[in-house]
Amino acid sequence: MAAMLNKKTRREAEIPTSSMADIAFLLLIFFLVTTTIDVDTGIGMVLPPKLEDDIEPPPIRERNVLKILVNEQGLVLVEDQPSAVQLIREEVRKHVLNYGADPRYAEEPGKALVSIKTARQTPYNAYVGVLDEVWMAYFEMWDSEARQLGFSDYAAYVTMLETTDGENEIRDKIKAAISIAEPDEA
Amino acid sequence: MSGHFKKKTKTKEDIPTASLPDIIFMLLIFFMVTTVLRETTVQVRTVLPKAEALTKIDQKRLVSYVYIGPRKLEGNRIGDTGVQIDDALVEDLGNVRDIMYRKLLEQPRLIVSLKVDETSEMGVVLDVQQELREAGTLRINYSSKRDIPS
Repeated sequence: MAAMLNKKTRREAEIPTSSMADIAFLLLIFFLVTTTIDVDTGIGMVLPPKLEDDIEPPPIRERNVLKILVNEQGLVLVEDQPSAVQLIREEVRKHVLNYGADPRYAEEPGKALVSIKTARQTPYNAYVGVLDEVWMAYFEMWDSEARQLGFSDYAAYVTMLETTDGENEIRDKIKAAISIAEPDEA
Repeated sequence: MSGHFKKKTKTKEDIPTASLPDIIFMLLIFFMVTTVLRETTVQVRTVLPKAEALTKIDQKRLVSYVYIGPRKLEGNRIGDTGVQIDDALVEDLGNVRDIMYRKLLEQPRLIVSLKVDETSEMGVVLDVQQELREAGTLRINYSSKRDIPS
C-alpha cells in the first residue's frame, strides 16, 4: 500500500491543455456560422421622382394602362370590373402580352403599365396582396421568357448576366411598370 | 565550439501552447461582442404582411427602416398610428423629408425599407411615400414575410 501511495504522489497533476485551443476554435467557428443576421425580405419598388411643376407627365394611351382599384374594404376593381385578388395575375399577364390583339389591353409589352389606386382607408394588407399578385405576374412572365432563351428560370438568367456583364434583355422587353396612383380627395 | 552546440541542443524546442486557448478565447469573445446588432426598440407594432413576390436585400448597410403601425402603449394596449424612424417616433410627417434627405447624403444608394403593420391604412403609407419622393429616396421596399402555405 505504501508503494502505491508513493507512486500516486509522484504523478504529474496537469490537465493536457494542448486541445483547449481546438475546443475554443470549434466554439469560435460555431458562433461565426450560427450568428447569421436575418435578411430583410420584401417587395422592392422604385418611387417616381418628384414632378416639377412646369413639366407635364408624358401622355399615356388609355389602353396601355391596366387600372386596379382597391377600396376601403379591400375589394378590387380591375378596369372597373369587380375581381378576385387571385385573378389579377392572369389579368396582368393578358394585359402585358396582348401585342395589340385585344383593344382593351396594351399595344405591346414595352408600353404596358399597371396602375394601382387605393383609398386612404384601404388596409395595407389588401394593397400588398394586390401588389404581390402584380409582381408575381411579372416574375412568371420573366420566367417563361428565360425558359425560351434556354435557362431554367429567370434567376438563372440573371446569374448568367452577372458573370458576363450583359444587358438584361428580358427586363427591357417586359418592363415592370407599376404605378401607385394618388387617392382621390374625398 | 562543439561544447557550445551541445548546449543548444539541450534546450526545449516546444512553443509554449498553454496561452493559446486564452488567445483564441479572446478572439471568440471579441467576435461575440462586436457582432451584436444595433437593435432599435420599436415603439409601434409591426406585424408584417405576407407576400410571395419577395426579393432579398443583401446589403444591409444600404437599408434604413421606417416603422409604421399602431403605437404600443402600456399594458398591451395599442394606440393610434405612429411613424418611427431609427429610435424616435416622428410626430410631424414633414420631418421625414429632412431625416431621409440627410440619410441620403450619407448613403447615396439608400434603400428605405417600410415595415408597415398589416392593419395600417394606406393614407399614412402614401403620405410617407410622398415625403420620400420629396427627399429623393426613391428606392423603397415593402417589407413582408414569406407566405407559408398551410
